[in-house]
Amino acid sequence: MKMTDKHSTSDVVAGNGLLHRRALLGRGLAFAGAMGTGAGFSTDAAAEPLTEPDWSLVPGDAMPPYQVASPFEKSVVRLIDNPSGQPVISHARTPHHLLNGIITPNGLHFNVNHGGVPVIDPSQHKLLIHGMVKRPLVFTVEALLRYPMVSRINFLECGGNSASLFSNEAVSATVQQIHGFVSCSDWAGVPLAVLLEEAGVEPKATWFIAEGADAPHLTRSVPLSKAFDDAIVALYQNGERLMPGNGYPMRLFLPGWEGNINTKYLRRIKVTDGPALTYHEAHTYTDPLPDGKSFQFYFVQEVKSFITSPSPGVGPKAAGYVEISGVAYSGTGRITKVMVSADGGASWSEAALQEPALPKAFTRFRMPWHWNGGPAVLQSRAWDEAGNMQPTRAEFIALRGQTKSPAKWPEFPSHHYNAVASWAIDAKGEVRNAYA
Amino acid sequence: MLTRKIGAGLFVLAAVLLLALPADAEGPNLGQPISQADLAPWDLTVMPDGIGLPPGGGTAAQGKILFADSCALCHGDDGKGGIVEAVVVNNPPPLSGPGSVKSIGNFWPVATTLFDFIRRAMPFTQPRSLTDDQVYALTAYLLYMNKVIGETDRMDATTLPQVKMPNRENFFPEFPKLMPQRP
Repeated sequence: MKMTDKHSTSDVVAGNGLLHRRALLGRGLAFAGAMGTGAGFSTDAAAEPLTEPDWSLVPGDAMPPYQVASPFEKSVVRLIDNPSGQPVISHARTPHHLLNGIITPNGLHFNVNHGGVPVIDPSQHKLLIHGMVKRPLVFTVEALLRYPMVSRINFLECGGNSASLFSNEAVSATVQQIHGFVSCSDWAGVPLAVLLEEAGVEPKATWFIAEGADAPHLTRSVPLSKAFDDAIVALYQNGERLMPGNGYPMRLFLPGWEGNINTKYLRRIKVTDGPALTYHEAHTYTDPLPDGKSFQFYFVQEVKSFITSPSPGVGPKAAGYVEISGVAYSGTGRITKVMVSADGGASWSEAALQEPALPKAFTRFRMPWHWNGGPAVLQSRAWDEAGNMQPTRAEFIALRGQTKSPAKWPEFPSHHYNAVASWAIDAKGEVRNAYA
Repeated sequence: MLTRKIGAGLFVLAAVLLLALPADAEGPNLGQPISQADLAPWDLTVMPDGIGLPPGGGTAAQGKILFADSCALCHGDDGKGGIVEAVVVNNPPPLSGPGSVKSIGNFWPVATTLFDFIRRAMPFTQPRSLTDDQVYALTAYLLYMNKVIGETDRMDATTLPQVKMPNRENFFPEFPKLMPQRP
């Protein structure tokens, strides 16, 4: 390792310039001066003399009743693949490279809609609970709003997130394109168990079937135990009522479980003694393995992490100090550790975990890095409190396989990808998806 | 002493309040009861054993005409694929990991899924517009075209659950511990 700057050897904790995470605390390290040999601007140039800008000389605008982001942030938007509403599936992906923290703003939460976004009048919407219950019941939205609620910060991830990484060759795509089907919000609603208890579940019941009020009447089967664990009928998202694309006026929310099973526009729950093997569970989100058999009922989104910055389009601008930042999450509990590598997995160092590290939620990790202006491959790898470790890509494809010919973004060769992802950085600071 | 008296008083008050609550006080109880007849129009669930299938029936010949009228615009002539993926696949390659073709004939575990999905979701722009006979006919057509049943086999509430899908034995749960055990 070449040391060309003012860092002492004890500050560098892993290959290619990863620094000890105490550097994040702003002490113990000096970052002054031009460091390294790569492209970039000199920090030695003096700043311009200061003057009053125009906006400081007149009063500002009136306040709108519902504020939206600054016009200067108009590029911070979701990636939309069906803007004209063609009669096919629609996707909107979260711009992780432009966000920080652990909460996804409501307007930027990912959506997958299999039949458009319905406009549902909450005064007309109903939730039916029936099947193996003593008393079939109908709940209005107004009634559910009177129930005791719980709220939790949980991630939500589509089973198709990161599916591009099943390609046998690395696709050219951004963090938004590859990993944009996961978001994290504060979800509030009524525990499903409370409603089921009022309906009176029969002892022999083991599953329930959830159904939406959207045009596809999207439907999924759920083990009944999840209802009595942590399932809610969600009504609020980050403090306000659900976004239309996220299931307004109510959705099933099953913390840690595959996005599609969190039935949006929830209108019906049928308690049963078996799964229905609906289209989306029997076909779409069931994954063929290399031996021809298939994983079915792939409920849990397993421990995972990815680096949001640097990433394609937001590479390091100059050699020197760079914060590597990303999100880690697990459907089986809290994130306990994230390791980061800058040399393609040859050496690793432990990242700082931003508090709070909540179960089944995004945990923001940060890693200080001295980029020397040369090639680098960044990776992150997460562990959870259940003892699960994010697999390397090699470990993952040994079990799950990869395509035989290169896939193109946005194809979904399979689902439920949670292995280590890599960003390769070249001497210009440009970042691309890579395998290492 | 005074504190103890207040404490005892509160205890009595709490006991009185508890007695005043209805017996099933676990929740607000704001659900409205509904009869099986009145909820039936929403009960679209078809189970693999056929529970939930309505009366009626249809054949592939009937389904072929319906498919051309209502489905081919998106799924292509004879279901060979259009703006969405094919629903008829001749000689699908064996399943083999990511990128596999998951056709009705080589992948789907049960045939009831076809009826359930077509009835609730298709045609894409006019869901719930087909009669139950039409849904049976389209189900028969797709099973026939994917070489699962014969051309003249009638699909109805009795025959559809008995269809043996070729790939039915090749599924296993990713999370066995989460799978309910039959009581």
